[in-house]
Amino acid sequence: MDSNKNNIGIKLEYEVKKDDFTRAGEASSNIKKVLRQLGIDSDVIRRTAIATYEAEINIVIHSEGGTITVYIKPDRIEMIAEDSGPGIEDVRLAMQEGFSTASNKIRELGFGAGMGLPNMKKYTDEFYIDSQKGGSTTVKMTIYI
Amino acid sequence: MLIKDIKELLDAEFLAGYEYAEREVNAAFGCDLMSDVLAFVDDKVVLLTGLTNPQVIRTAEMLDLNAIVFVRGKIPPKEVIDLANEMKIVLLATNHTLYTACGILFSNGLKGITIGGVEG
Repeated sequence: MDSNKNNIGIKLEYEVKKDDFTRAGEASSNIKKVLRQLGIDSDVIRRTAIATYEAEINIVIHSEGGTITVYIKPDRIEMIAEDSGPGIEDVRLAMQEGFSTASNKIRELGFGAGMGLPNMKKYTDEFYIDSQKGGSTTVKMTIYI
Repeated sequence: MLIKDIKELLDAEFLAGYEYAEREVNAAFGCDLMSDVLAFVDDKVVLLTGLTNPQVIRTAEMLDLNAIVFVRGKIPPKEVIDLANEMKIVLLATNHTLYTACGILFSNGLKGITIGGVEG
């Protein structure tokens, strides 16, 4: 029973709203606090925080809204960012550093430099993205502890 | 370099975190693109920027950054200063431009971070 519970780990789930730029980062801030309370290694915390923060910003600026779910397991941290559209037209292009479809307004706020997805990949051990134009986008990331 | 030395060199004023003036930083990074900050910066780095929105504080929080210097006389809104206080992040404000502020710190021995083997 106990080991079963350990396998499931701790689940954290946050709703991220479209265009809510002021509150963007609150989910990642909370995730970071929980990881710190659990005594997780500081480098792992930092990488997790950056990855979830970039995902959170992406949901706020590019999507119709979505959720970030984090599973903290004994050997790894799994992060799932999922939105409700509108999907990415060319995922390969979106993965290139410097490519961005963000508006000037977003750029003036300090984002939309085309580093979000590359940063998520850079700071995680496993990175997987699934998106279709007109549909939702799902990003799954894993960091091994 | 200590934060109190940065304050003196830049003729800056404390907006938050006065009590952490003895904290040390190892390098500086001047940038208005937060995703670039997230891509390249490590902890114990002071960020110099002209951006004053809450995401500057959030970016610093994710990276465990010690201190932020707002350049060009920019003062962030109260909620941004409140967030920095909550996160125990030092905020300084200087009238110098980004270029000049970085130049003053660099010429006083505070180096840039290293990107791809080159000092940034």
